[in-house]
Amino acid sequence: MALLQIAEPGQSAAPHEHKLAAGIDLGTTNSLIASVRSGEPGTLPDENNHHILPSVVRYLDDAVDVGASARDAAQYDPLNTIVSVKRLIGRDVSELKTLGSQLPYDFVDLEKPVPRIRTVAGDVTAIEVSSEILKVLGKRAEDTLGGELDGVVITVPAYFDDAQRQATKDAAKLAGLNVFRLLNEPTAAAVSYGLDQGADGIHAVYDLGGGTFDISILKLNKGVFEVLSTGGDSALGGDDFDRVVAEWIMSQAGIRDDADHGTLRHLMDLGRSLKEQLTESDSAKVSITHEGSEWSGAITREQFNELVDPFIKKTLQACRRAVRDAGISKEEIKDVVMVGGSTRVPRVRERVGDLFNTEPLINIDPDKVVAMGAAIQANVLAGNDTDGDMLLLDVNPLSLGIETMGGLVEKIIPRNTTIPVARAQEFTTFKDGQSAMAVHVLQGERELVDDCRSLARFELHGIPPMVAGAARIRVTFSIDADGLLNVSAEETTSGVKAQVNVRPSHGLADDEVTEMLRASIDHAEQDVKMRQLREEQVEAQRVIEALKAAMSDDADKLLNETEQQLLLDELQKLIDISGSADIKKIKDGIKALEKASEFYVERRMNNSIQQAMAGHNVDEFK
Amino acid sequence: MLDFSQNYFELFGLPADFRVDLEEVSLRYRDLQKVVHPDKFASASEQQQRVAMQSATLVNEAYEVLKDSLKRAQYLLSLKGRDAGGENLTTTDGAFLMQQMELREALDETRNAADPLEALDNLLDNIKTAINEQIAKLTILLETSTEEDLDAAMESVYKMQFLKKLYSEAESLEAELEDMI
Repeated sequence: MALLQIAEPGQSAAPHEHKLAAGIDLGTTNSLIASVRSGEPGTLPDENNHHILPSVVRYLDDAVDVGASARDAAQYDPLNTIVSVKRLIGRDVSELKTLGSQLPYDFVDLEKPVPRIRTVAGDVTAIEVSSEILKVLGKRAEDTLGGELDGVVITVPAYFDDAQRQATKDAAKLAGLNVFRLLNEPTAAAVSYGLDQGADGIHAVYDLGGGTFDISILKLNKGVFEVLSTGGDSALGGDDFDRVVAEWIMSQAGIRDDADHGTLRHLMDLGRSLKEQLTESDSAKVSITHEGSEWSGAITREQFNELVDPFIKKTLQACRRAVRDAGISKEEIKDVVMVGGSTRVPRVRERVGDLFNTEPLINIDPDKVVAMGAAIQANVLAGNDTDGDMLLLDVNPLSLGIETMGGLVEKIIPRNTTIPVARAQEFTTFKDGQSAMAVHVLQGERELVDDCRSLARFELHGIPPMVAGAARIRVTFSIDADGLLNVSAEETTSGVKAQVNVRPSHGLADDEVTEMLRASIDHAEQDVKMRQLREEQVEAQRVIEALKAAMSDDADKLLNETEQQLLLDELQKLIDISGSADIKKIKDGIKALEKASEFYVERRMNNSIQQAMAGHNVDEFK
Repeated sequence: MLDFSQNYFELFGLPADFRVDLEEVSLRYRDLQKVVHPDKFASASEQQQRVAMQSATLVNEAYEVLKDSLKRAQYLLSLKGRDAGGENLTTTDGAFLMQQMELREALDETRNAADPLEALDNLLDNIKTAINEQIAKLTILLETSTEEDLDAAMESVYKMQFLKKLYSEAESLEAELEDMI
């Protein structure tokens, strides 16, 4: 593994070693795991040869059931059976209420940032429920591939906000998975299609899943997928189609909406079944027995279309906005890729086809296309695809801003900015001697604080005493390649680094995650320590190997003899302690080597940038 | 240290010129990201990942400026010692102010037009033409560094800001009208 993977022909650094990597589509209704084997991406089946895992988790007294059998139990054990947990992840109770769907669960801890659901096995968060699904998939991959996974790529809706992304990552951590990257679902689908067809140009990906909708506009150019814009609704999907049909049945059959959980669940199932029948036929029959009386009726496709049209219309509005944000005209879009089970609905295909004036592409199974794209990306990130040229450049879906006077939001990073990105904003004090200040970070497009989503509140402490308005506090907001926000702050006149206390408005604090991890492992204390030690040893090994590989590559070119000797000495120090059982000692050793080699890492980066640009002749465009 | 002292043009290996070949800028952008992007370091040490993220962030920032005519003009002016980003810009060009008022009135009236979307389409075209006029001016003005030309360039940037703001307001209205259909 090279420190900087500069692809210089004939200078491959370490001998090639295949790493186990997988892509996971953690869906609202169904989840899948896929991997690249012998160069081909494919989804992995369970022992019964089922590829799709229903995203349903049922808690029993002493066990957790995930998948089809859990789904079948939803009707008679609705309180302990969590379906569509993706709709809950990263959200608080007030948001859950506005989601519109009737949630048949017993929520507790309503005042906490992360609500919990009461089950026979105890109170659980959406993060823990999701981690159960991830555990099953992770195990399936390790059984099939025959070894421990080095890392996974997990897909999320492009329109997921910071809290939802963070929660998804926490779920993976709980499931014991190393996350290479969170990948946006439409981008993953584009990878499946793009590499398959090798078509350079601008493409749209319309992704309507069970509970989320995304539209992305991408430019594909020689293996580089550049997302131009993205839009959507993280609470709109096929579930809404089911629900609106269920409501139609209720109104026809005279069932009140305060019916019991089991009946409501049954109605949703009937709604889904009718929707699926109407994909093939022009009408479908339905009957239901409620409180002793039976009702039967039929629904035509026209009636169904009328019921779902308002939802489809919302998706088309998002499509038009995405096209506008991309700075292109509709005519420039070569084709539209359909992703997600809900794009099987004929009305959806018809309306999308009309909007883009082209026949939507459906040649890859819309259920599997996302997982396969994630597998391809995981394979690349694991370093297995050494001669590949693929690169994904994604954007942040929602604007990021801060609260200013009068409850208004000032945008700092506008939506559809390519990530990673960093923007700084300067603040000052408004009282003499003020030593702290509060910053409220929001995500969304609206102007008022109340209409945006509160991401976090930061308190800056340790500002040196000065007269009002004299301090210059520079707060840097950065979004990393996973789309996650980080904040740092510095008082620039004195150089004092203000301490940032992050209090996520919707997420779990780090120690809560650790606590859950501890609780999920038997013999907690001991095992957690062992795990930490192993992780630290692995990281030490990584640092050692990387530096060795880098030096064998270009030390003679970039370092003088003194520098080389210095690095070799530091390297030996870490090698000597890397086998120790002292976590802190290894940690400090890694830090020391990293500090010593920092100039070299950066010099290599600069060098590779220069090399990349050296290939272009400055005169060629004059 | 990472060579953050390079300006964006140097980073992209381009001459510091207002005229750029956008295709060439994109090509270089992609080639740079292929080298620095954090995805190329997914299995590397945390330190390398950090450096990769900083580098990719810098390359993104540079690309954002180089591909956008207004930002590029502002950036070039800043390289020539002028602050064209703040509110310290003005114009005394009466004809321009008049044109502004007319465009703004036209925007307000589109809602009442017989075919609002068509009226809006025409308006967007008109604003675009006005923006292109400023781009043409800037191309000449930014070739030199005389104080006079830089003053004029500052004024042009001010006008562009105006026009771009109007353009995005017209686009918002277009979105609103389309959503009502």
